[in-house]
Amino acid sequence: MDELITKRVKEVLNGNQDAFEEIVIHFQHRLYQVCYRMLNNAAEAEDIAQEAFVRAYVNLETFDQKRKFSTWLYRIATNLCIDRIRKKKPDYYLDAQVPGTEGLDMYSQIAADQRLPEEEVEKMEMKDRIQYEVSRLPDKYRTIIILRYMEDLQLQEIADILEMPLGTVKTRVHRGREALRQQMGSM
Amino acid sequence: MEKCPKHVVHYMHAFLDGEISSEEEKILTKHLESCEDCKALMEELEQTETLFENVATVQAPSGFTNNVMARLPQPIKQKGPKKWLRQHPMMAAAALFLILMSASFFSSFENEQQFSFTKQPNIIVEGETVIVPAGEVVKGDLVVKNGDLRIEGEVDGDVTVIRGSKYMASTAVITGSSEEIDEVFDWLWYKIKSVAKEVIPSSKDDKSNNE
Ligand SMILES: [Zn+2]
Repeated sequence: MDELITKRVKEVLNGNQDAFEEIVIHFQHRLYQVCYRMLNNAAEAEDIAQEAFVRAYVNLETFDQKRKFSTWLYRIATNLCIDRIRKKKPDYYLDAQVPGTEGLDMYSQIAADQRLPEEEVEKMEMKDRIQYEVSRLPDKYRTIIILRYMEDLQLQEIADILEMPLGTVKTRVHRGREALRQQMGSM
Repeated sequence: MEKCPKHVVHYMHAFLDGEISSEEEKILTKHLESCEDCKALMEELEQTETLFENVATVQAPSGFTNNVMARLPQPIKQKGPKKWLRQHPMMAAAALFLILMSASFFSSFENEQQFSFTKQPNIIVEGETVIVPAGEVVKGDLVVKNGDLRIEGEVDGDVTVIRGSKYMASTAVITGSSEEIDEVFDWLWYKIKSVAKEVIPSSKDDKSNNE
């Protein structure tokens, strides 16, 4: 499959726009799914996933053909999702530490603010519940938890997508897992 | 709790990552047998993981691919001028005539050796390198002459580097076209296009005027 994608990439670079269609067909569900997990909203996920393909097309020259195409595509999509999430809360400087809290930053504060009433959470179906809990995770853990558990990617591939050292990815998986455990604690 | 060494929690995560050594696993198992708190923690962490089994896969809505294809800009511009010349022969001839008439063309290529660039508010200049920092969006076209350009952020417009190199970080985005110009012929080509743009309105402008 990778070979076919590589071939199509070359064709697009040679000016054959139609060859891009097969690339979109091949990755559409995976890319839409990861956007949906990140944004928790179908309309936004569709818009951002489409935008990710458009950006991939426009910037195809910059894709290093020795690397995996899916990694590059995921990177574009997750970056766009993070941008979109940040634009929705422009009043916060998100990485700023909240005074007097250890390891808590604005992300976690916002996550806490967005909490639904407990009765409502308890009524949720499990698949909605997990999506909701993941959406409440601080962004830096959320992306990684989504890629690890919802997309089933290997830690090394996640490190490649996010251009992060493997050690950082591992630490964030651990912290994300611990944060989720605490959130789910009421079950 | 004094009997719980810090590394036990670390081993729990290593176990869940499938990256625990057999020696570490022995230590972990032994501790869990003797410690109710850690045993409960381990169980909760494992439960958290199994929750993801409930997650249903989602599919892109129908028509997704067609919508993407409709959103794509015109086919990637050919590097060479052949295609453009074929599509706009009259325009090219007119532009070439104007440029050669002006007679300043060759001198302008030879003489413009000075480092110069489009002044955009959010770019950084280090020596003779123009940098679009990560996270910044430059609105409009960017031209760099006799210097290098490094893009880490986004350029919402066309990028042209004349006698210099362009480096793109993986985070880089250029929404318009992107060109590097080194040779006299490329330079001529660049001039043709910019003159043509001034002299003859592009088809896009025609459309918006008619509407
Ligand atoms: Zn213990």
